[in-house]
Amino acid sequence: MAIDNAAGVLAAAESGEGGFWESTYPVIPHPGELIVGIISFAALYFIYKKYVVPRLETMLAERQKTIEGGIERAEAMQAEAKAALEQYRAQLAEARNEAAQIRDQARAEGQQILEEMRAQAREESERIVARGAEQIAASRQQVINELRGSIGALAVDLAGRVVGESLADDARRTGTVDRFLDELDGMSGSGAVAVPEGTR
Amino acid sequence: MTTVVSAAEEFVPPSAPDFWQPLVGEGAFALTRSMVVMVLVTIGLAVVMMMVTRRLAVVPGRGQFRLEGMYGLVRNSIGRDIIGSAHFKPYIPLLFTLFTLILVNNLMGIIPPIQFPTMSRIGFPLALALGVYVVYLVAGVRRRGIVGFLKNLVPSGLPWWVVPVVFVLELVTFLITRPVTLTLRLFGNMFAGHILLLLFALGGEYFLLHGGGLLTVISIPAFLMFFLFSAFEILISFLQAYVFILLASIYIAEVYADDH
Repeated sequence: MAIDNAAGVLAAAESGEGGFWESTYPVIPHPGELIVGIISFAALYFIYKKYVVPRLETMLAERQKTIEGGIERAEAMQAEAKAALEQYRAQLAEARNEAAQIRDQARAEGQQILEEMRAQAREESERIVARGAEQIAASRQQVINELRGSIGALAVDLAGRVVGESLADDARRTGTVDRFLDELDGMSGSGAVAVPEGTR
Repeated sequence: MTTVVSAAEEFVPPSAPDFWQPLVGEGAFALTRSMVVMVLVTIGLAVVMMMVTRRLAVVPGRGQFRLEGMYGLVRNSIGRDIIGSAHFKPYIPLLFTLFTLILVNNLMGIIPPIQFPTMSRIGFPLALALGVYVVYLVAGVRRRGIVGFLKNLVPSGLPWWVVPVVFVLELVTFLITRPVTLTLRLFGNMFAGHILLLLFALGGEYFLLHGGGLLTVISIPAFLMFFLFSAFEILISFLQAYVFILLASIYIAEVYADDH
């Protein structure tokens, strides 16, 4: 028990049994302890210097290297990702640009097509109108020609019947009829064919 | 039991002779309790350190992680930051030895069944301080030569009549004050701390066994204080180990400081 020991030691000190090392000041170093301290310290220092610290330093250096390698790799990857992003952005901008261009072009083309179609339609309609007019004119001419042929015969026939003389073979007859028709023409086409008094 | 009762008629406070505990023999080279503790701690530290560092991994396990925490504190926070990154490497083994040896020896003051702080016997702190002393003196003389070392003691730009005074003061500081204070600080802290623990333990025991009546109750706060101060001693143990290598680093760092 501690108190036994302490009390015993104290009693011994008081009676002068403990000797110099017990009763002296505690700041006086005990040679044996100093020597053991120096030897222990030196031995531990030697072991640390020779083994413990070099091992730890090697490990730390290795770790540093590993970490630095990792950081380097991460940095490279980041740079790569950044480059890819840049590229992607550029491509996107380019695509947008292109799309806008295509849109503009399409709009312009549409406009042009519209114009062209319009012009074509106008042309077509004009052509159709012109052809219609031509056809009308041709039909009219045809009718006129037909009429001209048959009206002469009809008139002569009628006149022959009225007058009672055949003028069919007469050479004069043709001239008379033609002249009559020309006069008819000259009367600036009132629809009815007026028979001149002379031939009646 | 009868002897205890008779011896405890009057309370005997703990004192310096309690720390003299020879196990074998007597006199200047007796084998003392503190010697045994010191040797056991040294062997224990050597074995543990060798085992933990035998296979160190880049990704540490639990034991390695703790060792690295301690090593990082000594190596980076003290060695590198105070001595400087250019010169600190050769001093790591010294600082790490001092730190672990002091810390574990101090903790022995409260760890049962040893419960004896080695550093409360002045021979041991003196041994450590002498190691630091030799290292910083040798490093200083190696770096500047004896003349340069002595010249460097006095800061430049002083009036001529101040120089001898400062020189003597600095020389005394270098050769005597520093190792002595380094020794006494560690010794004093552990000695006083252990006396305090002994006081509470013995006092509590005295009141419990011999107080009688109400005085027996006083043993309860006494034992509580014993536990409180035991916990406090853990802090002191760490702090003293830290302070010791902090000062050792500062002394070594001065060797490499280019100007005062």
